[in-house]
Amino acid sequence: MELQAVLMAAGGGSRMTDLTYNTPKAMLPVGNKPLMWYPLNLLERMGFEEVIVITTKEVQKMMSTDPKMKLDVKMKLDVVCIQEDGDMGTADALRHIQQKIKTDILVVSCDLITDVALHEVVDLFRAHNATLAMLMSKAHEFTETVPGQKGKKKTAEQRDFVGVDQSGKRLLFMANEADLEDGLSIRKSIMRKHPRMHIKTGLVDAHLYCLKKAVVDFLADNKSISSIRGELVPYLVRKQFSKTTNCPKIKDDAEDQNQKKNDGSTNHELLISSRDEPLLQLAQDRSCWNDHRGDMSEAYHGGKLRCYVHIMDEGPCYRVNTLAAYIEANRLAPKLFEEVPVHPSAVISERCQMGSDSYIGAMCQIADKTSIKRSTIGNSTTVKEKVKVANSIIMHGVTIEEGCNIQGSVICSNAVIGRGADLKYCLVGNGQQIEPEAERTNEVIVGADQLMEI
Amino acid sequence: MADAGEPEGPERKDDIVKAKQEGKELTKEEKQRLRKEKKQQKKSKEKKDDKPSRDSEKEKKPASAASPAPQTPTQPPAQKAPSAAPAPVPVPASETPSAADKPAKSKAELKAERRARQEAERASKGKKGDVGPQAAPGKPKAPPSELQPVVKRLPEHVQVDNPEVLKKLAKKLERQQTPEYNAATKVKIPLRSDYGYKVSLFSHLHQYSRKAPLTQQLGIPSTVIHPAIVRLGLQYSQGIVAGSNARSVALLHAFKQVIRDYTTPPNEELSRDLVNRLKPYISFLNQCRPLSASMGNAIKYIKKEISNIPSQCKEEEAKRKLLNCIDCYINEKIVLAAKAIAKYSIEKISDGDVILVYGCSSLVNHILCEAFEKNRKFRVIVVDSRPRLEGREALRRLVQKGINCTYVLISAVSYILPEVSKVFLGAHALLANGYVMSRVGTSQIALVAKAFNVPVLVCCETYKFCERVQTDSFVSNELDDPDDLIVTRTGTTQLEHWQEVPSLGLLNLVYDVTPPDFVDLVITDLGMIPCTSVPVVLRVKNVDQ
Repeated sequence: MELQAVLMAAGGGSRMTDLTYNTPKAMLPVGNKPLMWYPLNLLERMGFEEVIVITTKEVQKMMSTDPKMKLDVKMKLDVVCIQEDGDMGTADALRHIQQKIKTDILVVSCDLITDVALHEVVDLFRAHNATLAMLMSKAHEFTETVPGQKGKKKTAEQRDFVGVDQSGKRLLFMANEADLEDGLSIRKSIMRKHPRMHIKTGLVDAHLYCLKKAVVDFLADNKSISSIRGELVPYLVRKQFSKTTNCPKIKDDAEDQNQKKNDGSTNHELLISSRDEPLLQLAQDRSCWNDHRGDMSEAYHGGKLRCYVHIMDEGPCYRVNTLAAYIEANRLAPKLFEEVPVHPSAVISERCQMGSDSYIGAMCQIADKTSIKRSTIGNSTTVKEKVKVANSIIMHGVTIEEGCNIQGSVICSNAVIGRGADLKYCLVGNGQQIEPEAERTNEVIVGADQLMEI
Repeated sequence: MADAGEPEGPERKDDIVKAKQEGKELTKEEKQRLRKEKKQQKKSKEKKDDKPSRDSEKEKKPASAASPAPQTPTQPPAQKAPSAAPAPVPVPASETPSAADKPAKSKAELKAERRARQEAERASKGKKGDVGPQAAPGKPKAPPSELQPVVKRLPEHVQVDNPEVLKKLAKKLERQQTPEYNAATKVKIPLRSDYGYKVSLFSHLHQYSRKAPLTQQLGIPSTVIHPAIVRLGLQYSQGIVAGSNARSVALLHAFKQVIRDYTTPPNEELSRDLVNRLKPYISFLNQCRPLSASMGNAIKYIKKEISNIPSQCKEEEAKRKLLNCIDCYINEKIVLAAKAIAKYSIEKISDGDVILVYGCSSLVNHILCEAFEKNRKFRVIVVDSRPRLEGREALRRLVQKGINCTYVLISAVSYILPEVSKVFLGAHALLANGYVMSRVGTSQIALVAKAFNVPVLVCCETYKFCERVQTDSFVSNELDDPDDLIVTRTGTTQLEHWQEVPSLGLLNLVYDVTPPDFVDLVITDLGMIPCTSVPVVLRVKNVDQ
């Protein structure tokens, strides 16, 4: 087997707590499908047959009851539950499932919605015998107004600095703004080997990584690394150019033992060599190919550890980890997958005006004289007469009484909107009740118990 | 009827002209035959007498041609019948003669019928009639009907412009699916589609784009094809493993991994099942990049070794034996052969020599490095050509050793040759008629060197000797990605939209063929032989095996 897929679905959605305090992030509905359906669908389309899903017990329960997951996902899902306290990082989770991993892995996050041709990433991983291959995308501007934002919010997101070589494929430098206190410093050895480096800041990390099996084994020994994105990837990128990994000599076992005691981490990547390393070396020597030109060194500068990145120029690639991203995804995801706008089991009265880009979930009841434009309505929702819904996202089990006017809002599951309410750019939390004739603009309405969460 | 003879004459002349223009060499035999035919045509007044006899002869000939005789040099002498036509196109030995056999037979019958109809039309002063091309191989291959009643069996890889052959190839790939891994889903090996406009002379060859790899059509965790083979195919198609030695070594390395991961299914024998398992892998690799002669020989060797495994042998032992065989093969045929060739070559390099090399041949680089270590004093001129610019890599390796080098492009070769004392060339394959198949540009260098009376030495290991026969570079070649030509050194692409210009075709050839007249010596691991001794070596090798 070539690659094992691992889906990380235990994340808490820390940047959109208003949405996730009751529903786990992995099961948030996007276009009436749970969020984790999208990466699973991507894997299925690419030809994977088994996926290891790392998630919490709650999500596992919800997965087994969700009809979408049961019917549409034909792959075999091997669900591994971890504790919900949120202390486990992605790398910790990989360490947890180390026993199950037999070959190289493809790690995907549950909040990734994209239609990338995965073979571009995996081909880099295969052709160059890389240790890490990842996917990044040009960041898209979010155009929709986000409920609950007071004024123009400058994204205080920390920028990522990504350095690639001239071909745009080899990853030379990766650091987050938070880690660079004084400034960006680049080692001379990198500059000597790759005199032309492009540093990009407007990229979104899709959190899709192909990792060699040896990296998982390395993680098992180095318990200090807890996050793939935050710690493992920058570490691997730095290690490409470190002196120890560049010594091309084949060390014998005794030397390995000694060095392991001194510096446990550096040699594991060296041990990635296949069993016929001399043959591979012979093939590379006889081959008249070099990945760079202008200096006297051989292909890859003799380095054994290589990291590659595929940067998507066009095409959707979203990470749904903020409210703005969630709204954007709801707009665009159904179009990606050619969703049927109206679920067959929904009951829609004839005098309802439905826009062409609205999506109605299963078992809905839409009454007369309602107008639904550019919105997504979840399963089992009841919409009474004379309601205007525009540009909104309505989740499952919501009841909207007559005469309401909802614009640009997000209504979470099981909420009840009273008669004649007028909501503009609001976020109504889970199970909340809006009193009749309420007028709210640009507010986040959540329960009192939630306000104390930090 | 004299006038009936006339339209034939100019027609035949047209065919000959066409054949000449399309670059085929008419050998002396063929020219003699043409002359004979013309004389006969003028003499015979009653064409109808000739025609039935010719038709019957033609019908007999396809029957005889169908009998396996792939070596065309033997065919023309055998058919010295008056209206017999030679086969101006030497046919490379096809590996699947049976598949091409059936179309050959039906083509012959169709041809006979059509010829009869044509003569009838001509007798009644009809129009010119179609000469030659039926469903059969495209124009440059179309044997003009008068000259060639003999139907050739062309290998499928040079019949890309024939839709029937493509359909057959697709079916063959389907049949080669490996059913065991997922019994439920039988995944086929996809067919890689051609890219861009192909120059008409080479329309019978495949032309792929590097940006459309075959892996696009495969599932990502490739279960049908072993991951080592997928990786190898990718490396071939992207040019990461290039050069016939490197490709063979990488192929054998991948086969070692396949053999390691192989388990014999129940009720099957390893010797038969493993060979069947390898077949789809080989077609996959062929789709990624056409196999080289050295790879072909390596595959033949492996298949022979696998089939020779006795059935009582246990699986572990059999696998160990096979892995050992592969290691021995690489050691003998590549590593030790390189050492032997270096030893012979060093005798030929004297102090004060100026050696010219072309492109990046791993063997020639090895020889020069060894000679330098043995303290010979010489300097090297590296000749390079676009679009591959492999000479830069050769230059890097030689300069790293400390050898004094000069670097020129191939357009300067006639200016630099007066300085040169010897030319060392590498080879991709040595053909059975003594021709050297090598990177495109090699024959130019050999030609210019001959004009300047500079000795040309070709270095080639014996495992690259091939039983094919070719006299020109058109019949069997490889077309590389045409987009490589549009990027210049400075990175500008003026021809970015070349596909929109209807009258523009880009051709990126990979190989060419050098006649033995230009090669003075071939240095092999068996010794230093003249070019024409290649068939002897092949015969000796066959006897050994």
